[in-house]
Amino acid sequence: MLTEAVRSRSAPPLENPYQPYLARISRIHRMVPDNHLFQVRFLDARLVETWTHRPGQFVELSVIGTGEAPISISSSPTRPGILEFCVRRAGRVTNALYALPTNGLVGIRGPYGNGFPVEQMEGQDLLIVAGGLGMAPLRSLLWYALDNRDRFGTITLMYGAKTPGEMLFRDELVSLADLDSLNTLLTVDRDPTGTWAHHVGLLPELFKKVTLDPRRTYAAVVGPPVVYKFVLRELLAQRFPKDRILMSLERRMKCGVGKCGHCSVGYKYTCIHGPVFTYWDAINLPELV
Amino acid sequence: MKILKIPKKDLDLFASVLPAFGKLYAPVKRGSGYAFDQPASWSDVTLAYPRTILPPRKFFLPPREALFAFDAGAGYRDLLSEASERQVLFGVHAYDIHGLNILDRVFAQGRYSDPYYMTRRKNTAIIGIDFDPDAQHFARSMAADFADTGFDLFLSDIGDDYLVRVGTSRGDDMVVMSGCLLSEPTPDDIAEFKRRSSERVAAYRTGVELGDLPEILEMEYHSEVWKELGDRCLSCGSCSMVCPTCYCFDVADEVDLGARAGRRVRTWDSCLFRTHALVAGGENFRKNRSSRIMFRFYHKQRGFVAEYGRPSCVGCGRCIGACPAGIDIVSVIRMIRGQSDAH
Repeated sequence: MLTEAVRSRSAPPLENPYQPYLARISRIHRMVPDNHLFQVRFLDARLVETWTHRPGQFVELSVIGTGEAPISISSSPTRPGILEFCVRRAGRVTNALYALPTNGLVGIRGPYGNGFPVEQMEGQDLLIVAGGLGMAPLRSLLWYALDNRDRFGTITLMYGAKTPGEMLFRDELVSLADLDSLNTLLTVDRDPTGTWAHHVGLLPELFKKVTLDPRRTYAAVVGPPVVYKFVLRELLAQRFPKDRILMSLERRMKCGVGKCGHCSVGYKYTCIHGPVFTYWDAINLPELV
Repeated sequence: MKILKIPKKDLDLFASVLPAFGKLYAPVKRGSGYAFDQPASWSDVTLAYPRTILPPRKFFLPPREALFAFDAGAGYRDLLSEASERQVLFGVHAYDIHGLNILDRVFAQGRYSDPYYMTRRKNTAIIGIDFDPDAQHFARSMAADFADTGFDLFLSDIGDDYLVRVGTSRGDDMVVMSGCLLSEPTPDDIAEFKRRSSERVAAYRTGVELGDLPEILEMEYHSEVWKELGDRCLSCGSCSMVCPTCYCFDVADEVDLGARAGRRVRTWDSCLFRTHALVAGGENFRKNRSSRIMFRFYHKQRGFVAEYGRPSCVGCGRCIGACPAGIDIVSVIRMIRGQSDAH
């Protein structure tokens, strides 16, 4: 029995990957109806300091008494201190989150998932293609690249929404359009306001307005299925290598740590092998798209 | 490995030292089957049993388990201490030991480990025992008919005695505590072990060919077999509940009266359930039954092989007996292989 005693004394306490940490909602920005931006800050000062993530990763967000949901991180690790989540009001947990006031408490654990392979992407041109709500995870990558501007070649952002009113981060992105360091292409399917100063038309049409070098460009694409369908067609027509096309998936990532089984695609778990997959992965995982 | 033997007639004496290592569970008769349970006395224990209704997974991933207590102001307090009770499982078959070793790959190894599972695993001793395969066992095909790791002690029938393999220091503590019940085996005992071992290998009546199965599954992704199975499957999840290697779980917050505090509880789930791949907003990535039953087979026989180097199936045959629609994994594999003459 001595060995057991020695073992239990010397073993470090098990880290609990399911442990949520309390964070306070510092600001709620009503960006788009049913798509608010929540800014949160951990109560534990040590966590505020040590937290870091990769663009494209997600957290499990708990609303105390309701449950947990996977939420992608919209802020960049280059802007530490505050985490930003662009949350669509869609299910039980997000409805409960919308009922919380500024200064309300939530639980956060993570960050989870692989995120974008930024080390590989650095030194290359970057093409970010977002459709609809796909801007939520891509905004983290966009700011990461802008804050490390000298580490990337040309950076192109293509973002399409149905109308200007449904464009996430619209004011922020419109103001970026003036930057020389970013080629910003914003489009809407239609403009009921009549005041939209950018493109009107479908997202894939933006490809006519840029010249890309597929051999030295990483394309990061996030959007609804229809966006993947037409954007992938454009990228493949331009001979983008299939492993330089990156996409981020939505599944039911319940545990976030590769245990509970809900987010499986083919034989990968979205939460640990993804949510970022290359198009080559997609071809090899029959359930993926 | 230390190898000893114990007379069968002394097993009850040996069992009497085990409560010192934790609460004792062993196979006892329940209804028309057997279950791992606390025996009222040693005479209730049946060591020659075909399989238990539920695999020993229930001792490590309970069907229902509270992970955290929460409170609106204080947040989440883990309930790991509730997982710390010491247990001894007596009479576990080799395929079930393999089942636990497979769960270890998911819950204990890799980037994240599950502290609730790990705590129970650490605090639970396993005493294995051999068995005679029946028509539903195909453990040999799944390389799970013999355990060389994952037990504290393993008992093999050699006539009037059991040959005892000592797998861990804790197992050796049990031997030491039982005094002089165990002794060195003779060359004749070893010869008898080998004779019975090859007899047992020959006794398997059911088998499947694993070799190129993952690749054949890739080729048969659009097979009519999946549609046919989807038409028969009732999505009841019985096959997952009785499976030693299924581990899907769901988590829900249960609020106390007063609505300020409660518990975060996890429960067994199944990929056969309609809501398994449902996400907020209503999108369901596996809407129909054929896609779900197909996923179960692909995950076990294709995906797990790619990720962990072996299928997540140990050939216990429980799912064959549990399925109310008569879906039989052995005949499914034969159908996919185009061996329609079978069954």
